[in-house]
Amino acid sequence: MIRKTVANVQEACEGIEDGMTFMLGGFGLCGIPENIINELVRRNVQQITCISNYAGVDDFGLGLLLKKHQIKKMISSYVGENAEFERQMLSGEMEVELVPQGTLAQRCEAARTGIPAFFTPAGYGTEVAEGKETREFNGKMYVMEEAFKADFSFVKAWKGDEAGNLIFKGTARNFNPCMCGAAKITVAEVEELVPVGTLDPNHIHIPGIFVQRIFQGEKYEKRIEQLTVRKR
Amino acid sequence: MSLTKEQIAQRIAREVKDGYYVNLGIGIPTLVANYVRDDIEVEFQSENGILGMGPFPYEGEEDPDLINAGKQTITALPGASFFDSAMSFGMIRGQHVDLTILGAMEVAQNGDIANWKIPGKMVKGMGGAMDLVASAENIIVAMIHTNRAGESKLLKRCTLPLTGVKCVKKIVTNLAVLEIKDEKFHLLERAPGVSIEEIQKATEGDLVIEGEIPEMKF
Repeated sequence: MIRKTVANVQEACEGIEDGMTFMLGGFGLCGIPENIINELVRRNVQQITCISNYAGVDDFGLGLLLKKHQIKKMISSYVGENAEFERQMLSGEMEVELVPQGTLAQRCEAARTGIPAFFTPAGYGTEVAEGKETREFNGKMYVMEEAFKADFSFVKAWKGDEAGNLIFKGTARNFNPCMCGAAKITVAEVEELVPVGTLDPNHIHIPGIFVQRIFQGEKYEKRIEQLTVRKR
Repeated sequence: MSLTKEQIAQRIAREVKDGYYVNLGIGIPTLVANYVRDDIEVEFQSENGILGMGPFPYEGEEDPDLINAGKQTITALPGASFFDSAMSFGMIRGQHVDLTILGAMEVAQNGDIANWKIPGKMVKGMGGAMDLVASAENIIVAMIHTNRAGESKLLKRCTLPLTGVKCVKKIVTNLAVLEIKDEKFHLLERAPGVSIEEIQKATEGDLVIEGEIPEMKF
């Protein structure tokens, strides 16, 4: 067993510098690395490029980094529900690259699996395809998209073991697996860190080879963005 | 009488066939799930990573780790599965999802669709819409025929930034059901009590009217 455990979030974030590119897992506020985001705020790391599907809300998730103007560039597919984001984008304070959601996922997946570029039909004929190579395959047009390059991937899993093996829960899985191993260093925070041998190898979603550092997070808020229920 | 949003959803639900995997967009499309016949087998996919999406949870049973693409709390039905975003869009691009139902701000008579951006005003991002419209064989658009100023949203050419090109096949609006064929809108059905002239007036694009146009029944 190759041990990946670090003591806490501070140790997990060793080596972070201003100007780096980070991938952050999560869809909406679901499955976001809460402890790491708080640590990035605390360290006040500047001029960062964030690759994340969503920009959080004004007072939670990546919205916390936005509010402190720590983000230089945001690469996302959806940024609604965040007034401060819209303000910084329209005023030009922050650079924004909007990417179709499936393309965003695949650019992460490509990075972690050693594929430099791929062709997708998404965005063909739209402003997303401007300046990009397009090609016809079997009578249909496709756009070439490149793998991301990032310094750190920050992901959140439900359970993990000391070897860095990860299991996700529900739709909190989303972009997290795609980002594991997609940057130079992948840091996983988990709700429950268990000794090796505890998790059934048949149930592992992401093998530890894709993870360099793992720690058990604290005080998960897991905020619900749209509470929708039905009456009994 | 033009259709309510619920009736638009109800009419679209009739297009959902036994054995279909269906992706529902935000807004009117989400309501379609309420009207699908219960004697057929259908599974709903939400692109954030679930197949077999169920109704909203009972009060107190909501799980922050279980949401749909609209970020609403949901449930998982027996037989459901969870997966990551790359696999989710693999299902979509790989055309394993049989039907995509989504909203639009504009549709053009050649099948172009715009629904993600109003330059200088609204920039929320495209989410999964570009992947969905570029990949799906079978796309139905749910929309209101005209905007608040009464101007047509069914156009010769879209004026807003496009989400996808030549992809929309069918449209259900508050006034009519239309099909896109040979780069024209073809009127198939009209809302109860809505005249062909009203539909014609509300449609800027070329509208083909052939034979008797039946009224929708509810």
